[in-house]
Parts: sequence; structure tokens; C-alpha cells
Amino acid sequence: MKEFKILAIIAALVGITYYGIEPYAHHVMHPEVKAADFAFEDLKNVDTSLAGNVDNGKVLVEANCIACHSIEKAGHLQIMSNADAAAAYGVVPPDLSSSGRIYDKNYLANFIFDPVSAMHLSHKYPVGGAKAFPMPAYNWMQPQEIMDVVAYLQSIAPKVAGKDAHKETYAAACGRCHSMSYAKFEATTSKDAIKAYMGATPPDLSQYIKSRKEHYLHGFINDPQLLLAGTSMPRVGLSEKAQEEVIAYMEETGDSKKAERESVGLWVMLYTFVFAILAYLWKRKIWSEVH
Amino acid sequence: MAEFKQADSMYEWFDQRLGIDKFLKVMMTEYWIPKNINFLWAMGVLLTVMFTILVVSGIFLLMYYKPDVNMAFDSVNYTIMQEVGYGWLFRHIHAVGASVVFLVIYIHMFTGIYYGSYKKGREMIWISGMLLFVLFSAEGFSGYMLPWGQMSYWAAYVITEIFGGIPLIGGDLVVWIRGNFYVSDSTLTRFFMLHVLLVPLAIIGAIVLHFYALRFPHVNNEAGEFFDFDKESEKYLAGDKKNSKVVPFWPVFLSKDFFVLGFFLLFFFYLVFFHYDFAMDPVNFDKADGLKTPAHIYPEWYFLWSYEVLRGFFFEIAGISGKSLGLIAFAFAQGVFFVLPWLDRSPMVKPANQRPYFKYWFWFLIADLIVLTIFGKLPPTGANAWVGFASSITFLMLFITLPFITRAEAKKVGGK
Repeated sequence: MKEFKILAIIAALVGITYYGIEPYAHHVMHPEVKAADFAFEDLKNVDTSLAGNVDNGKVLVEANCIACHSIEKAGHLQIMSNADAAAAYGVVPPDLSSSGRIYDKNYLANFIFDPVSAMHLSHKYPVGGAKAFPMPAYNWMQPQEIMDVVAYLQSIAPKVAGKDAHKETYAAACGRCHSMSYAKFEATTSKDAIKAYMGATPPDLSQYIKSRKEHYLHGFINDPQLLLAGTSMPRVGLSEKAQEEVIAYMEETGDSKKAERESVGLWVMLYTFVFAILAYLWKRKIWSEVH
Repeated sequence: MAEFKQADSMYEWFDQRLGIDKFLKVMMTEYWIPKNINFLWAMGVLLTVMFTILVVSGIFLLMYYKPDVNMAFDSVNYTIMQEVGYGWLFRHIHAVGASVVFLVIYIHMFTGIYYGSYKKGREMIWISGMLLFVLFSAEGFSGYMLPWGQMSYWAAYVITEIFGGIPLIGGDLVVWIRGNFYVSDSTLTRFFMLHVLLVPLAIIGAIVLHFYALRFPHVNNEAGEFFDFDKESEKYLAGDKKNSKVVPFWPVFLSKDFFVLGFFLLFFFYLVFFHYDFAMDPVNFDKADGLKTPAHIYPEWYFLWSYEVLRGFFFEIAGISGKSLGLIAFAFAQGVFFVLPWLDRSPMVKPANQRPYFKYWFWFLIADLIVLTIFGKLPPTGANAWVGFASSITFLMLFITLPFITRAEAKKVGGK
């Protein structure tokens, strides 16, 4: 009984210390911010309840978008090399093949209307400022037209699932700026070009699942400014599902042994438990002779 | 030369040459330990096992680790963690083990303080133990640099910078330790050498000394009772095991240790596989960058209390800068535990709760160390800085007043 009392005291002291240096310190150093918003409720320029017309959307996209954007799934191939495209625009413009799949509908519509406000980058591109975002605002379009474009992009987006989707979403949403060397993935915009464009080299994300952790990434990708005010990283507007795919890809790359760790862990603990029970029985037998 | 008769068995052949029989008696079956003990007496064996686990896992890591600023980070986080079969397992065991070993060291150390196992002939056990604490600290600190992450780099930067506060030689000393003007490749390779060779060798030597120091004054017991070990062991050997106050190291003492070890390892492996962030700080999964200071720099948890003593003095007092005062207090904190046997002026060897004044001192010290540890991690701003200052002063005062408290206690109990 006395030994249990000693154990309880030690457990309490260790518990208090642990609480102070882990959960509590973490809470002080990383205060909670607003929860991730996958409806992008702050964006209200376009009435997204309008039903889009795919055929009209196709006409509008071909007239307005493909001068800069490739859409490989629809047969519009990239006309410049990545290096030339980066030199021309600052960053390689995205291929729009999967835009309809990975971006939230409300975000995408409002992005077309005004990219800078949708991305939360007004601090980098103030109205009338010296630097302009490479893509112009299409705020002259009618809401119906914008929804037609969105409907068209959604209609051509390939249906992918599983690990293929993880990688494809990462490449489309993050891969123009962020390399992932542990997955042998190199950003399409070269290091020098992206540094000139962003003001700093976007980090390699190989270990970000470990250094930032899922909880932080969940909030950060949804709205970087909330957790890192002033960063050059735009709010990219991924749907919740697409963001999960990105995080899954980061985990497959940065913590590839997770499944093995968890299954081996259970076996090791089971083995140790059997050892502990046997050791206890042996101890009882030995000590019964001396007590 | 002794005369050798023909050996009848392999055992006898070795026994003639190595004295196995006698050796086993001295080391195991007739090495006497008091019977009146609780599970806290198993910490020594736990530490021996943990040290072995650290050495073995370290050897496996050593086969793939590259001590070079351009390769260290990826050799750990890619090669070892993801490419080598079960490399992640050895890394997790090594990193979590390094943290947990300090938890057990602290329990071991404060068990010694609680039961007064550092005085009346046991001074060398205490000093060799404190020596081990310092060596383990050096081992932990040098090892933490090797993954070459952001916290590796900046903790190394801050800790080596501390030596710069030493008068006259400080500036040169920092350069000598780093092997450069800043933390660089030369710093990494020399800390690698310290971590895998020099410090482990010193630790093994100190462990031998620590075990040897136990032999003559013998292990303390739960009541702090002094008795004749020879008489009690004769009783045991004569078959009166139940009335003897001692038990042999093998198998009786170790059977209990294995039982404690079993449940301890269950806890340890839970941490290794499922709850390792406390020992593998997320910040350290960002590669070291000397141009990008992390928002918060803090050492591993086991250094937090002394780190807080260092930074608790944040303002000038009597013309001495806060930095110098902190350094003096830090040096005091590192050294003062060594002289504990002489600061305790009471002759009582009893559990702290049976000592009229010492018990308050003991629990006050534990509470203060917990406060120091927690505030050592929090940002030192606003009220936190003052809590740090107050708990640092309290730490110093506890040790300065200990001789007076224990002298009063000696008077009260009349030298018993």
C-alpha cells in the first residue's frame, strides 16, 4: 500500500511538471486562432447559388484564360517552358485541369472576381501599389458568367482518388512554389525565380508534417495570415477534402513509417507486458522465502 | 605460480583461471542489500538498463549518421527515419530514452535526498552520482546538437554563449568550445566526438566508481537504520532468511528490480511509439538556419530548472549586470548539489518526513524546482520574468539556509 502511495506522489509531481512544460507551454506559445473556414464565408462578391452553364463556361475560358493558363485535360498544353513562364509571370501559372476539383466553389468564383482579396494578399498587393498580382481581377464579368466558368472547370476535372489524388493535389496546389525533396518532388518555379517573386524562398515541405504537425497545417493552409501574419503565402482556397489530401501527401512523405510504428508499438508493448507479469510472479515466489 | 590440478569440467577450468565462483559470490549471490526497501531502490538498475539501451540504439544510429552540417539533418530525418529498416525505431528509442533517463535520474537523486543517503559514510556514493549527473547532462546536450535542426543549433548557440560571461577568458573560451566564431561544422564534429566517445567513456568510468562506492558504506534502507551487514548476512546464509535484514543482490534484489523494470519499460515503450513529441521537439524538424532565430528557444525539459536560474536574474543589482548574476547563480546551481552532504548539518539519517525541519526544506525544494522547470519553458515576459526571479532566489536561499535549518534540527533531536 505504501508503495502505491509513493507511486501516486511521483505520478502527481511528474504529471504537474508535464502539464506545465507541454500542453500549457504549448498553449501559451501558440494561442488558438479562429477555426478553419472551408466555406470561405468572408467572400461574398459572387452569388454562388446561380447554376453554371458548362458550354458557356467553355467559351469564356477559351476566350479569357488560356492565353496564360494551360489546361492539359482539355487539350490546351503549356506553351512556354517553366523557366520562361516564371520569367514572364514571376511564378509559373497554374494548369487549370484540376482547379474544379481541388478548390472550394465559393473560393474559386470569388478568386476569379478578385484574386488578391480572395488570397488575403492585400498587404502585398495594395490597390494602386507598385506591384500588381500577375492575374487581373475579372470583376467586370457577370456573376452568371463566373459561375459558368466554375461549372466548366468542375466538369473537366479528372476523378482521382487515393494516393494518386494526394500527390496530384499537392502538385497542383503547392508544387509551383514548394519542393518536397524527400519525395523527389521539385517545385515547377525555379528557386531563384520564386525567391524574386515571393521575397523569400518557400520552404521545402518534406518534414513539415513533423515540424508543424497536422493541427497547425489544418489551420495554416486554410488561412496562412491567421497564424503567420504578413506571410507571402496566399490563402489557396482548397476544399476540406483537397486539403486533407495535401496533408496526407505530406504525411506519406515526412512520416512514411507511421503505420509500421503503430503496429510494431502494440506488439512491443504486449511483449513487455508479458515480461512484466512474469517478472512479478517470479518476484513473488522469490520474496515469499525471505518475508 | 599456483599449482593447477587437472580440471574435471569446463566450469572448473574457467574457475581455476578466473575465479568465477568467488567472483559471482562477491558480485551477485553474496552482495548484500537491505531488505527494508521499496521500489525506489530499483532506479539504479533501471538506469543501468537505460544506459545500455542508449548505447545499443546509439551504435545502430552511428552506422548511418553523418556528422557534417550539409548531411546531418537528412541523414537523421531521411536515411535513418525513412530508408533504413527500423532506423526510426532506434532513433525513437534513443531520443525518448535520453529524455526518460533524466526522469529516472531525478527520481534516483531525490530518493537519495529524501532518505538522507548521502551522508555518514555515503558521501562518495553521492559525489560519484552527481558526477554521473553532470556527465549525462553533457551527453544529452552534445547529442541534442547532432540532428542539426533549428533547436539543435540555437540551443547550442545559447548554451555555448553562456561561457562568454566568464571574466577574462570568456570570449576566447566560447571560440575554443565552438572551434569557430559561430556554431558551425567544427562545432558539430567536436560535439559528435564528445557524444560518441569521450563522454560515454567517462560515464562508464563514473558508473564503475559509483558501484564501487556502494560497497563499503552499503545501500541505505527505508528507515535509515544502521546495522551490522556481516552479522545479518551470516544469519541469511545460515538459513534464517526471514529474520535477516539483508537479501542477496541475486536473485532476491534483482527479482524485484526486474518486476519494476517490466512496468517501467511498458511506460517507456508507450512513449517511444505513441507519445514522443516531448522528447523530439517539432521545431527540431526544421533544418538548422543560422539566419532564422526561432520564436522561442528553450532547452530540453531536464535542463529547464537550471536554465531558469540562469535567466531569472534579468536586471542589474548593485552594479552587477543581470547576465553576470544569472551566470553566478547558474554556476552555484550546478555545483551546490555536490556539497549537499556538508550542507546538511543534521546527523539524522531518516526519511525526510521523520525529520522535523528537513521535511519542509525537501518539499519546498521540489516545489521550487517544478516552478523553475515550468517557467523555464515559458516566454520570460511580464509576470513570468518575476516568477522566474522569485523562484531563482528561492532556490539559492534554500541551499544557503540549509546548514542553519539542519543545525537547528540537530539541536532539537539531540544528535540522534
